[in-house]
Order: sequence, then structure tokens, then C-alpha cells
Amino acid sequence: MIQFNNVTKSFGTHKVLDDLNLTIPAGKITFILGKSGEGKSVSIKHIMGLMKPNEGRIIVDGEDITDFDVEALRHYRKKFGMLFQMAALFDSLTVGENVLFPLREHVKSMTSAQMLKRVEEVLIQVGLPNIQHKYPPELSTGEKKRVGLARALVHRPKIILYDEPTTGMDPLVSEMIDELIVQLNQEEKALTSVVISHDLKAAMATAENLVFLYKGRIALAGSPDDFRASKDPIVRQFFAGKVEGPMEFL
Amino acid sequence: METSTKQLPSYSPLTLLRRGIELFGKKVIVVGKDLGSFLEFLKEVVKWTFRRPFRVGSLFQQLEFVGNQSLNIVLISALAVGAVFGLQIGAIFQIFRAESLMGAATGKALCMELAPLVTAVLITGRVGSAMTAEIATMKVNEQVDAMEAMAVDPVSYLVVPRVLASMLIVPLLCAVFIFIGVIGAYIAGVFLFNIDEGMFVEKIIRFVLPRDITRGIVKSFVFAIIMGALACRYGLKASGGAKGVGIATTNSVVTTLLSILFVDVVITYVQIVW
Repeated sequence: MIQFNNVTKSFGTHKVLDDLNLTIPAGKITFILGKSGEGKSVSIKHIMGLMKPNEGRIIVDGEDITDFDVEALRHYRKKFGMLFQMAALFDSLTVGENVLFPLREHVKSMTSAQMLKRVEEVLIQVGLPNIQHKYPPELSTGEKKRVGLARALVHRPKIILYDEPTTGMDPLVSEMIDELIVQLNQEEKALTSVVISHDLKAAMATAENLVFLYKGRIALAGSPDDFRASKDPIVRQFFAGKVEGPMEFL
Repeated sequence: METSTKQLPSYSPLTLLRRGIELFGKKVIVVGKDLGSFLEFLKEVVKWTFRRPFRVGSLFQQLEFVGNQSLNIVLISALAVGAVFGLQIGAIFQIFRAESLMGAATGKALCMELAPLVTAVLITGRVGSAMTAEIATMKVNEQVDAMEAMAVDPVSYLVVPRVLASMLIVPLLCAVFIFIGVIGAYIAGVFLFNIDEGMFVEKIIRFVLPRDITRGIVKSFVFAIIMGALACRYGLKASGGAKGVGIATTNSVVTTLLSILFVDVVITYVQIVW
């Protein structure tokens, strides 16, 4: 379980997270929704320890990670896989080397042959067999995302964080990734998935738990059905995708 | 007719002095903080240099990039610098009928100053800028974040191989620079000033001491650390897209060159006085 207790984060005078209290249950798919600039990516970076809050505590699996030093964070991050918004593949490495990277860095119990086999497996899992030799600039945006997902999965993490996994992709690839997210959670019951997205359709179809952020706080948290039933005007406006309404655009 | 005159605020000399001191103080604090964070960064580099995993593959890649790929530019520059310096010195020495000392003077200058400095400037331009641009691009494209997210320290993966490769290769390039520079001076001396070949070589052997070469190599080693560390540091601090990469690269090159010149003065003073 991931908990944000009264977390505040500001950049200059702009408060991105404002006394945020958030609970992400273990073993479920949680979507964090909200318009741009509401602190979704910032939240995910706090979970990874890539950012520290100005105030408040972050508890992950019962451990307070807020004051972790560099060493503790490095150890802590081994339980995560993360798919970045632009995939963040290393341009100087081939696809195979990119996917192999977390294994080569941290897994001592596997032989090289086993590692390569595992790389092949995850690439097949994301629908991209036999592209190990290619370099990231040779791939389409969708392929890069799927390779990024393969890299996030390869070391069998306990928690996977997805930063806008379907942004900029065609509907077929988007659906494929959504299905993959669900499939992964079905295969590994203990896996916690946290997805940041603007894609309402995907969120309603895939999420088990939804969190809607507005002005650095939770406007609504619950199941997709709770969201459908919500009468909150801000939530309704976001769902309707309308500019007119109570939601402020800065 | 009414004329409007804009009243400029007037400050007393004491106020101006106080503001001047305030501004200067602020600058000193900023520079002090930068220096402190750079030393902290160097500490991290030293820590990861002696800590597993040792990235031998990356080190060899960087050795090839810093060394092999810079060799041509060093060879051409050394030949030109040696010849030009030889010509200048030769023309001056000719006035005193001391042309035969031209080789020795050029050799000494190459060993102690020209080779380490010019090599450092060349390597900063070719290698340092490329290092900053590459790491800065990785930073703004979230590749460095991805690395940290995968529990890999960017200092260990990106910085240490680059700094180590610079430390190992730049002094060697400096030695090559000295050798080729002397050949340049030889061409200028023997073919343009008609200095006797034997005399040219004999004076070099007599006046250019092993200590002079060591001093140059030591300088070169220090310059390499400055270049490698600053290039990586600016890369890792980059932000703000393509513009940020450009700014980081420019700042890296300018700061490296100024730092090298400043440290050169200090080292030269230490070497001469002590």
C-alpha cells in the first residue's frame, strides 16, 4: 500500500500538491486522473523518491520513505518498474540492451543466457518479438512505449508505475497496452499498478481504483462506478470534457 | 509649454557603496554554493570510482572516444603549434644570433605550458562539449530519471567512466602533443632557419629536463579531471529541453576553459616556487 500523508510540494510559489492525503491499495490497478499540471507526474516521482515533499510523509508498504538517503532509496527502488511518458529508452543501447539493463544491474541469481531468455519473453509479452538488435530511434512511438514497458517488467517488480502509458498512441496500441496492464495484474495478484492518465475511457475500463486530483488535492477517490455516479461539478466537467464549468484553467 | 522631466532616484555614496557590497556578497555566496556542490559531486565521483560495479566496458568506450577520436586533431594542432612557436622564437633568437636554442626553448615551452594547455582546450572543445550535450540530452529526455528509477546511480554509470577515461587519456595525448610539437619546431628550425640538425637535438636533450615533461603531464592530468567532471556536472544539471541542452553545453565549455586557465596559473606558480 502507498500512502501520502498531508503531502505538500511547491515549485517556487506554485503549490502542486497541497496537503494531499492519498491511499493506493496494494495488488490493484489505480488510475490517477486530473488535468495537466495537477501534480500527477509529481506524485509518481514522490512515490519513486525522485522528488521529496516540502511537508508530509510518504509511506510505502509500511515504510516511511520520506527521509530515505541515497543508499536506502537505491535499494527501495529495486521493487519498482516504471514506464516513462516518453519511454526514456537509452538511445545508445539496443532494444535488447535496454530491456536487459535492470537485470544486468541488479539480478545476480541469473546467468546471461537466462537473462537473454527473460528479455525475449517480455518482448514477446508486449508484442515485439525479434527486435532486440534495433536502436530506439528506429522505433515508432508506440513501439518505444512497449519496449519501455518490457524494461519495466523484466525484473518482475512488485509495483509498476505508468506515466501516461497511452499518450500519443493510436487506439489499437492504446487498447493493447490497457489490456497488458490488466493481464499483468491478473497474472501477478500481488502486483500494484499505478497509472497516470488523461485517457478516461481506458481508466473506466481498466481501473479498479480511481483518484481524481484537482488543485493538488483529491477531488474524488473510489471505484469507476463511484465516478460515474458522482454529482461533483468538477468531476462531471472533467468527465464531460467541457471548458465551461467550475474548473479553473491556469 | 509644459515639459515633463523624469526624476531619477538619487542615492548617497554610502547607499551605493552598501548596495555594491551587497551585490558582491550575493555573488560570492552563489559562487561559494556552486563550488561546494561541485566538490560534493567530486566526492561522489571518487566514491563510485572505487565501488562496484566497475564499468569496464563503458570505460573502454570512453577511452576510444576521448583518445582515438581526438588523436587526429591533436596531431595536426601539435604540428602547427610547434612550427608556429618555433618560427616566432626562432625569429626573436635570430636577433641575438641564438637560433640554435630555438628547439630547446620550443621544447621547454611545449612541455611545461603549450602542450597541456592546448590539449586541454582542444579536448574541452571536442570531448567536453560532446559529453555535456549527451548527458544533458539524456537528462531532459528523462533518461537520467529512468536510470535513477532503475536504482542505478547516474554518477556511477555516466560520470565515472568519462572522468576516468579523461584522466587516463588526456595526459597521453599531451605527451603525443609534445613529441609532434617538437617535430613541428624541428621542421621550422632545420628547414627555415637552417639550424644544424645535431645542434637542434643536442640543445633539446641538454635543456629540456625530464622534470619539465613531468610538470606538463601533471598539469594535463589535473586539467582532464576538471574537464571531465565539469562536463558531466553541467550535463546532469541541465533542464528545459533543447534550449537547456544548448545552455548547459555553452556554460560547461566556458566554465571549463576559465577553470583550466585559473588552475594553470596556480599550478605553474606552485611548480616554479616549490
